[in-house]
Amino acid sequence: MSYFLTQLANGISYGLILGLIAVGFVIVFTATGVLNFAHGSVLLTGAYLVAVLKDPIGFWPAVVVGVAGAALLAVLVNALLVRHLAEPDPGTAAILTLAVEVLVLTELTRRIGNRVLSIDAPWGADTVSIGPVSLPTSRAVAAGVAVVAFALLWFLFARTRAGVGMRAAAADGDTASLMGIRLSRTGATGWALAGALAALAGIFLTSFPAPGVAPSVALTALAAIPAWVLGGFDSVVGAIVGGLVIGIAVAMVVGYESHLDFLGRGLGEVVPYVVMILVLLIRPQGLFGRKEAVRV
Amino acid sequence: MSDLVRRVPVLLALLLALACPLFFNDFWLQTGLFSMAAIVAAIGLTLLVGTAGQLSLGHAAFAAVGAYTYAWAAGPSDGEAAGAGLPPLLALVLAGLVAAAAGALFSPISGRLRGIYLGLATLGLVFIARHLMLNAEDLTGGFNGRSVEPLAVPGFSFSNHDPDYLAVAGVQFSGLHRLWYVFLVIAVAAAWIGRNLRASRTGRAWANVRDSETAAAAMGVHVARSKATAFVVSSAYAGIGGALMALAYGRIAPDVFTFQLSIDFLIMIVLGGLGTITGAAIGAVFVVTLPLVLVQYSGELPFLALPGSGGVDAATLARFLYAGAIIAVLLFLRGGLMGGLRRLRRRPAPPGAGLPPVAGPATGADAAPEPVRPGVPTASESG
Repeated sequence: MSYFLTQLANGISYGLILGLIAVGFVIVFTATGVLNFAHGSVLLTGAYLVAVLKDPIGFWPAVVVGVAGAALLAVLVNALLVRHLAEPDPGTAAILTLAVEVLVLTELTRRIGNRVLSIDAPWGADTVSIGPVSLPTSRAVAAGVAVVAFALLWFLFARTRAGVGMRAAAADGDTASLMGIRLSRTGATGWALAGALAALAGIFLTSFPAPGVAPSVALTALAAIPAWVLGGFDSVVGAIVGGLVIGIAVAMVVGYESHLDFLGRGLGEVVPYVVMILVLLIRPQGLFGRKEAVRV
Repeated sequence: MSDLVRRVPVLLALLLALACPLFFNDFWLQTGLFSMAAIVAAIGLTLLVGTAGQLSLGHAAFAAVGAYTYAWAAGPSDGEAAGAGLPPLLALVLAGLVAAAAGALFSPISGRLRGIYLGLATLGLVFIARHLMLNAEDLTGGFNGRSVEPLAVPGFSFSNHDPDYLAVAGVQFSGLHRLWYVFLVIAVAAAWIGRNLRASRTGRAWANVRDSETAAAAMGVHVARSKATAFVVSSAYAGIGGALMALAYGRIAPDVFTFQLSIDFLIMIVLGGLGTITGAAIGAVFVVTLPLVLVQYSGELPFLALPGSGGVDAATLARFLYAGAIIAVLLFLRGGLMGGLRRLRRRPAPPGAGLPPVAGPATGADAAPEPVRPGVPTASESG
């Protein structure tokens, strides 16, 4: 039973990290209608900045720079590239972000090489035990940070002018624009938020039990795409729930892999996608998505 | 007459392609084979994305299905991995059919989701395919992959043997030379079928669904079936393309069919110009050739560093160039490379120049036409 609870706790914390990434997808999508495939490289940029800067300026300042740097990169991708597409539509925007992902990842891969950069987080390789459940401290911190981040997001969207403006812009861009909401500003805020959340997730994805910053970490952001799709594309709550579903599913499959070996080794990597396809078979609009209504 | 003139470049390109094996060395032949394999897959994807308006990030999976189906069906039954020992030509057909069947299996999703939503759902296929490739070791040889039986018809093999020596116009025709013609025939057939398909009832239904599902449904198009059909046809193309890749490599492994390959396919069709078959071909040749050429000739480019030294090596430069090219095309070139070419050809005759001037008082100075600023939607358009 304690093994089960440990796996569950692992799954929840991993799911919350995936939620941080998936919420970024949702915010960019609702703010600017873009499917942002460059999210993984933004995440890796944040983690890379932390790993490189922690020695000269210390861990916490490096975290600040990493989060800000990732947010800036995301804003620049939107302002310099996405907004200047010759034929703006979701498909070409998605392919543009794919190209940005290739570009940034190639540069980061060149810089990192075959090394795995440690980010030397202060929580190191410790574990915490709560009753029968033990959890790596980094994962416990991650869960706490994610919950705080989600609470701040709720406050932003529910209580502040800027957040309400973003919701209005997402609901109906043209009308919001006529009401005096600057779509360029809500778009930039969305990309910045997504970038910052991705960098936070990146820090936890590269600290213990993960080995460190390596180019393959960007692929983890792809594992958050099923979480986003599960949640239904435009729902922040959906993305968090989707992240938890995927996180718990992965932790359970990995934890009980010895009972599942008839399905092959390395099952943990495919579980997110299998869950996504199963859910889409039953609910094509995702768990929290609304069915698109078409008026003629 | 004008029809004939329009076909001259195509005929010239074909003649050139037919003559290539006579003067290309092995490196260029190999590059050409990879390009033609990619062209077949890219044509299939451009039908799906450009004509039917459905995005797929899972085409590497269907290429893998095609490649492994060929390797299994044509493989000897007593080889390193399971094989059916079928005639290779039959195996090639089977590769397309099995890939199409795999695409059909996905139709409950491909028929219901549209555009980028489908793209996200297909993302999973690549990872599921990789899992199967790694774990179904009897069929696929696991991580190390399996070798691929060369293409052959009774009495003639498209490899270095059987006949061991074959020469045309004084050039020895090895496996690469022989395969070149097979690939060329298949690529041309793929383009021809793709063109006709796009102009057919089915293809026009796809375009109709892409532009408006509601309008298409009102016209009597079965929207879900139409989207699923486009996906199946596109998967079959990817399967054949994958089988050709397997033949060109001679050995296949899971690392060939990664998510990166799916992205490559997409970038090929967007770079060339979405929806056009010539564009898909141009894009495929560009994306395949660029890294191979840069790596091959990196010794002669003094600014390139050695791989692993931390500097910009040939593979890195190739990736920069290819990502930079796609960004530049998307930002500045409406309709991709083909769209740019088309506009270049039309530039001598600006729009409206050929129209006879409209006589009458309305053209007087008091009724100067409002200049239309391109790119600014009018109120009626944006509504």
